[in-house]
Amino acid sequence: METFIAILLTIVSASTPLLIAAMGELVVERSGVLNLGIEGMMIIGAACGFAGAVMSGSVFIGFLIGIIGGAILSYFFAILVLNFATNQVATGLALTLAGLGISGLIGKPFAGITIQREPIEFLSFVNDIPVVGPMLNGIDAIAYFGFALLLAVAWFLNRTRAGLILRAVGDNPVSAHTLGYNVLRVRLYAILFGGACAGLAGAYLSLYYTPFWAREMTAGRGWIALALVVFASWLPYRLLIGAYLFGAVTILQFHAQGAQINIPQQFMASLPYLATIIVLIAISAKQTGRAIHTPASLGRIFVPDR
Amino acid sequence: MSANGNSEAKTPPTKGNPSLLEARDITKAFGDLYANDHVSLSIMPGEIHALLGENGAGKSTLVKMMYGVLNPTSGQLFWEGEPVDIASPAHARALGIGMVFQHFSLFEALTVAENISLALPGDRSVADIASEVAEVSASYGLPLEPDRAVHTLSVGERQRIEIVRCLLQHPRLLVMDEPTSVLTPQEADKLFLTLERLSGEGVAILYISHRLEEVKRLCSAATILRMGKNVGDCDPRNETPASLARMMVGEEIEEIKASDRAIGPVRFQVENLTRKADDIFGVDLNDISLAVHSGQILGIAGIAGNGQDELFALLSGEQKAPKSALIEIDQQTVTGLDINERRNLGAAFVPEERMGHGAVPHLILSENTLLSTHAIGIHVSSGLVDRKKTGAYSTKVVERFDVRIPRPDPVAGNLSGGNLQKFMVGREISLNPGVLIVNQPTWGVDAGAAATIRQAIIDLASNGSAVIIISQDLDEIFEICDSVSVISDGTLSPPVPIDKTDYEGIGLLMGGMGKSETGKGGDSHAH
Repeated sequence: METFIAILLTIVSASTPLLIAAMGELVVERSGVLNLGIEGMMIIGAACGFAGAVMSGSVFIGFLIGIIGGAILSYFFAILVLNFATNQVATGLALTLAGLGISGLIGKPFAGITIQREPIEFLSFVNDIPVVGPMLNGIDAIAYFGFALLLAVAWFLNRTRAGLILRAVGDNPVSAHTLGYNVLRVRLYAILFGGACAGLAGAYLSLYYTPFWAREMTAGRGWIALALVVFASWLPYRLLIGAYLFGAVTILQFHAQGAQINIPQQFMASLPYLATIIVLIAISAKQTGRAIHTPASLGRIFVPDR
Repeated sequence: MSANGNSEAKTPPTKGNPSLLEARDITKAFGDLYANDHVSLSIMPGEIHALLGENGAGKSTLVKMMYGVLNPTSGQLFWEGEPVDIASPAHARALGIGMVFQHFSLFEALTVAENISLALPGDRSVADIASEVAEVSASYGLPLEPDRAVHTLSVGERQRIEIVRCLLQHPRLLVMDEPTSVLTPQEADKLFLTLERLSGEGVAILYISHRLEEVKRLCSAATILRMGKNVGDCDPRNETPASLARMMVGEEIEEIKASDRAIGPVRFQVENLTRKADDIFGVDLNDISLAVHSGQILGIAGIAGNGQDELFALLSGEQKAPKSALIEIDQQTVTGLDINERRNLGAAFVPEERMGHGAVPHLILSENTLLSTHAIGIHVSSGLVDRKKTGAYSTKVVERFDVRIPRPDPVAGNLSGGNLQKFMVGREISLNPGVLIVNQPTWGVDAGAAATIRQAIIDLASNGSAVIIISQDLDEIFEICDSVSVISDGTLSPPVPIDKTDYEGIGLLMGGMGKSETGKGGDSHAH
């Protein structure tokens, strides 16, 4: 039973960064911007977060610095894509490459250091409940924060006026502009939110999940997060399912190896991507044609006339 | 500014009683181009004021400045006699200016109520707005379901959203840009009743339309723009459509000469064409049959979104027809042939969408001629493009169809919509096709250019070609077609000779003959 709980807990840890990074990207894409730079912002978050935590001696401050790092990188993306109307795909790819490079620079002095993984015991009273107790208690604060973020994003998009404006901008920026909304500002905020989320997800990797700094330690999780948004067809709650599915596959691949199950590790590692491709095919094969939640202006440049 | 309440003496007197909105010497320059050049206009409360002009005359630019979307380069707007700088659409709405756009400014993924809420100040909940929408729309006879997503609605319903959205703002000036271009005659009549009622309530309406008949019927004043300049004011009730058109164009529009055409053998025939739509936004076509003879022009009328695009794609061969159907060009079966193979049999096609479908915006005109002529090989020799021939051909089209170009052989994207349309239609007609199928030949094209295009189509038919015109413009269909069918919800009505029917008859067919346009009863046939 203990092993089982341990496996479940590792699945939660593996899923949390995916969930948080994908949540950020979902908001970005709902505003009509495609940011392919999640991987770059995550790795910057990981490097900045780790450096911040080591230097300040506080994991909490480390997380904050990771968030800020991700947001700063996304701000560069925003300036290029919004103000200079550069191609979003190319700029996003460049952002990933830049992030990977810069993070190596930031993280170099910190390589080889490990930090204390701080246990977060804030629900001690539930320990007495069998199975559920240790589960609830074993889940870390950031994972809980991820769930809260999910509820908040869903509520924001569907229930608030600001969320309505964000969806409107993603659906038809020309009309939103004509109605007097500042399309570029809405998109800027969305991009910054996406950067902050990616930074947090990255910091989670270096401060909690591993916890140490290594170059390119995000290992493609940014790309999975990107695929998750499509997997979820831009709906927040489906993101939860997707993130945990992918997190589970990642973890089970380790256990399959440990249990001597004779499946090549490379095949298991490629499963999340295969799953994404299957979901993409399923979406486009549905007779509904385009998924109705796909932001209509996704990836298109908008330049306001004045 | 002035503490003194009576500041009217300081503003120069505007002749007579104060207007609601006045534009004085408005100029808007985009680089070297003057879209508006010292334009003046004044609208009285309760007046229905027409703004007329050809494409590119500067109408849309002017109303965008009134709505705060654009800033004037120079000149001044006055609201109730006071100078005002309308900084944003929100400011315009706060003043009491509402606008119904020519191209819908709706958000397809959102619901009706959400769409309307976005145009209102942010202090009300969507649910609250939804109930007011239901109430106001019912009271004005513009039924709407607040919770439907916009992408599921017909064009007519979408326009109602735009109008109701304005009404909820309680506007004092309503700007309407081409509101009837997508409506059936019956829907347009309803709209006119609404407008007249609003006008009776003291709301001023600025009305932009290409349809001079309805301007004459509805409006009590008109301002006419030509190439960005004021060229006159008039009372449309004292004018004729022809005299209005003359003022807009600045010259006499050539009357279209109908010809006595000899009707020959069938040149294009379709039987039992049934096809399920590819996605939920498409229209299923049900058992369509038609035949067009040599010398005949068949019009296919209908409200947008009733299967015209699907039908055009099948007739042209862009979309492969199902084997159960039969399509023939000059007695030769072409059911399984694609568009290029059909072109090689002497057919030509003009799609509705100009940019991206009928023309590539980034290519120059002579290269654009290749889009439809590469298949028949007249501009290609041993696999290479013969630039001399493409150049000569595009020059010929430009001259014959009076395409106004900014410089020799520009990229297609530099042409205005109307000129590009002339080029596209001209490109096909100049091939002297035996069968010509055109989707929306004069959509968004001004009176002069439309006359050129229509005359060319008639001349083509006189030379023995068979022509099909898919159009939402009933004036056009009655002007040039010999017979007319109506497409409604993917079903084509049997053809009727044009002199055996009238607007009302066609309008009823367009509305689906008792079926309402969205398949729900209740809204379309109160009488």
